[in-house]
Amino acid sequence: MPSVEILSRIQFAFTIAFHYIYPPLSIGLGLCLVIMEGLYLRTGKKMYEDITRFWIKIFALIFGIGVATGIVMEFEFGTNWAVYSRYVGDIFGSALAAEGIFAFALESGFLGILLFGWNRVSKGVHFFSTIMVALGSMFSAVWIVIANSWQQTPTGYVIEGEGMQARAIITDFWEMVFNPSSMDRLSHVIIGAFLAGSFLVMSVAAWYIIKKRFVTAAQAMFKVGLCVATIAALAQLFTGHRSAHYVSKYQPAKLAAMEGHYDSSAVAPMYIVGWVDNKTGKTTGIKIPGGLSFLTHGSFNAPVTGLNAFPKADRPSAVNFVFQTYHIMISIGMFLIALTLTATFLLWKKKLFSQKWLMTIFVWAVMLPQIANQVGWYSAEVGRQPWVVYGLLRTSDALSKEVKAEQVIFSLVLFSLVYTLLLVLFLYLLNKKIVHGPEMTPNEEDDSDEFSKRNIKQLQA
Amino acid sequence: METILGIDLPTLWFLVIGGLITGYGVLDGFDLGAGALHLFFNKEESRRIALNAIGPVWDGNEVWLVISGGALFAGFPLLYGTILSTFYVPFMLFLVALIFRAISIEFRSKETMAWWRKMWDISYMASSTLITLLLGLILGNLIHGLPFNEKHEFTGNLLTFFNPYSILIAFTTLSLFMLHGAIYLVMKTENRLYAKLTVLVNNCSKFFILCFILASMSTLIYIPHMTDQFKEYPWLFAIPLLAVLTVLNIKRNIDSRKYFTAFVFSSCITAMLLILFAIGLYPNIIISTTDPANSISIYHAASSPKALRIMLLIAAIGTPLVLSYTIFVFWTFRGKVKLNEMSY
Repeated sequence: MPSVEILSRIQFAFTIAFHYIYPPLSIGLGLCLVIMEGLYLRTGKKMYEDITRFWIKIFALIFGIGVATGIVMEFEFGTNWAVYSRYVGDIFGSALAAEGIFAFALESGFLGILLFGWNRVSKGVHFFSTIMVALGSMFSAVWIVIANSWQQTPTGYVIEGEGMQARAIITDFWEMVFNPSSMDRLSHVIIGAFLAGSFLVMSVAAWYIIKKRFVTAAQAMFKVGLCVATIAALAQLFTGHRSAHYVSKYQPAKLAAMEGHYDSSAVAPMYIVGWVDNKTGKTTGIKIPGGLSFLTHGSFNAPVTGLNAFPKADRPSAVNFVFQTYHIMISIGMFLIALTLTATFLLWKKKLFSQKWLMTIFVWAVMLPQIANQVGWYSAEVGRQPWVVYGLLRTSDALSKEVKAEQVIFSLVLFSLVYTLLLVLFLYLLNKKIVHGPEMTPNEEDDSDEFSKRNIKQLQA
Repeated sequence: METILGIDLPTLWFLVIGGLITGYGVLDGFDLGAGALHLFFNKEESRRIALNAIGPVWDGNEVWLVISGGALFAGFPLLYGTILSTFYVPFMLFLVALIFRAISIEFRSKETMAWWRKMWDISYMASSTLITLLLGLILGNLIHGLPFNEKHEFTGNLLTFFNPYSILIAFTTLSLFMLHGAIYLVMKTENRLYAKLTVLVNNCSKFFILCFILASMSTLIYIPHMTDQFKEYPWLFAIPLLAVLTVLNIKRNIDSRKYFTAFVFSSCITAMLLILFAIGLYPNIIISTTDPANSISIYHAASSPKALRIMLLIAAIGTPLVLSYTIFVFWTFRGKVKLNEMSY
C-alpha cells in the first residue's frame, strides 16, 4: 500500500489543483463584471446591463464550485497535515483567518445582492456590491498567497521548542505579510487570474461572433475582455521576471530545478525547450547561453548555484517535472502576449471581428491561462520540495500522526468521484448557459441574435 | 500571564471562537434545518419558495464556518490539527456533504426535468441532514471524551464515535436546527405553505423538547465532568435554568403564532446550549477518557501571546464588518419570499 505521505500529497495536490480552476476565473471575471456594470452606469445602455446580468449568472456558477471546493482546502490542513498545522498555526493560521473574515465574508455576503438584488436595491448599491464581490475575491488571493509565500520565504518568526515539539512563533506581523516573495508572487497570481477571467469572456464572445449571435453585445464583451487581457499579458512579463528573480535569490535549489542546472561552477543557460535527465544530471534543449546567469547576477558569464550544491535530501527530486511545468508556463505567457497584441492591433484597424481564424483561436484560448496558472503552481510547489516550509519543515514530517493509509484512500476515492461529477456538471451547465446566451432587451438598436429574431418573426407571423 | 480586562489571552480567544461557532450555529442552523425539512414540501412551487427563502443568505451563513475554522487554526493550532485528524472520516463526509449541498442549491433550478429537480431535492435534504448530524456527532464526542494517549494521539477507531451519548447529541442538534429552520421558513412564507409550516413547526418543537430533555438528563447522569464547573460556581446554574425557560418560551410563542419572537428564542437556545458546553469543557477542549493528563487544554494548545493579540485585533476589526453586511443582506431580503425570474 502506498505510504500515508504520498497519498496525502496526492490528495492535497488533486484537491487544490481542482479548486484552482475556479478562483482565478472568479477574480478575473469579477474585474470584468465591474467594468461591464460600470459601463452600464456610465452610458446607460441597456445592452451593458444585459451582459452584466449574463456574466453574473456565470460568475455565480463558478463561485459556487469555488467555495464548495475551497472549504475542503481549509480543513484539509488539519485532517491530513496536523503537524504542519501545529507548526505554522501561529503564522499561517492568522493569514487564513484574515482571509475568511476580510475577504470571503465580503464576497459571499454581497453575492446574494448581486444575484437576487436587481429589483431590491438601487443601481448604485448594486454596482457597489459588484465591486465588493470583485474586491473580496482579490483579497482572498492576497491572504492565501501571503500564507503560501511565507512557506516559500519565511520571515518574521522564531522557532520555539525542539524536535517534534518545535513550532514557528510570529515576531513581526508585517514582516510576515511582506515576506520577500509575497508581493511579487501576489501580483503574478492576481494577473494570472485576470488572464483566466478575461479569456473566458473573450472565448464566449468570440463564439457568439462566429455564430453571428448577439453580435453587438458579443463585441462589447470581447472589447472588455481584450482590454483586461492585453494589459495583464504584458504586465505578467514584468511580475514573472520579478518572481523568477526572488526565486534565484531565496530558493536557489528551486531555480536550478526550473532550468535543470546542476553544476555550480558553470555559467547557466536559459532554455526555451528542453529535457532534464535527473539520473545523469544532464539537460538538453534549445537555450539562450548565459541566460540564467544574467537573470541571477546581471552578467552572462557568472556561475550560478546548481542542484549539485545541495545534498540529495535537500533538493527537489522531480527536476524534469519542475523544468517542464515552468517552461510550459513561460511559453504560454509569451504566446498570450503575441495573441492579445495581434488582436488589439486588428481592433485598432477595425478588422478584428471579421477575422474568423483569430476568433476561433480565441474560443479555444480560454484553456491557455488555465493551464499556465496550473503548471506555474505545480512548478512553485514541487520545486519547494522536500520542504513544506522552505528550510524549516519537511513535507514528510508534517503529516497527521494518527491518520492511516486506508483512511486517506477512502477520502481520495471519495474526492475523485465527487470532483469528476462536479466537473461534468459544471461544464454541462456552463455550456448550457453559454448556448442560451444573455437575455437581451428587445428593440435595442441591432442586437442581432439570429435565433431570437427568427422567433420574434415567427411570433409576429 | 498577560490579561485583557482581567481575562487571559487563551480564554479570550476561546470566547471569540465560541462566539463565531455560535454565529455559525444560529445562522447556518436555520438553513441547514430548512434543508432537512425540504422533502416535507410536496409541490414544486413550495420547494422553490423554501429554497429561495435561504437563497440569498446561505452562502453568507457558511462564511461563519470558514471563519470559525480559521480562528481555531490560528488560536489553537494543536487542537485544530488534533480534532480534524481525529475525526478524519466524519470530517471528510462533512466536506463532501457541504459540496453536495452547495451544488444542489445551485444546480436544481438549472433544468426543468422532474427527475433532475427531484434528484437535487433529495441530495439537498440528505446533505443538510448529514451535515447537521455529523456536527452533532463531533460535538457529542468532544463532550463525552475520547481515548487519547500521552502524545495526544487518538487511539480509538471509527466505531468509537458512535457511542449512544454522541448519537443522542447528533439527533438533538438535528431537532434543534429543524425547529430553527421551520420557524425561519414560516416567517418567510404565506398562504397554504404557511399553513402547512405552522403544523410542521409544532411537530418540530415537540421533537426538539423531547431531545432536549433526553440530552439534558443524559449529560447530568453520564457525563460527570460537564457538571464540575457548575458545582464550583453555583451561580452558573442560572444558565441551564434560563435555557429551560427559553425552550418553554419558544413553545409559547409558536402557540400564539409570534414567529419572529420564537426565532429570536430559538437563536438564543442555540447559543445557550453552546455556552453550556463551553462552560462544561473549559479549559479543556479535547478530553481524554484514558487519562485526564492526556487531555488538551486551551493553554496547552494556544498560539503565542503575540499571535493571539494580532488575531484579537483582526477579529475586532473584522467581526463588526461581517455583522454589518450580514445585517445589510438580511434587511435587503426581508419579508415574504416572492419568486421572480432571477430566483432558483
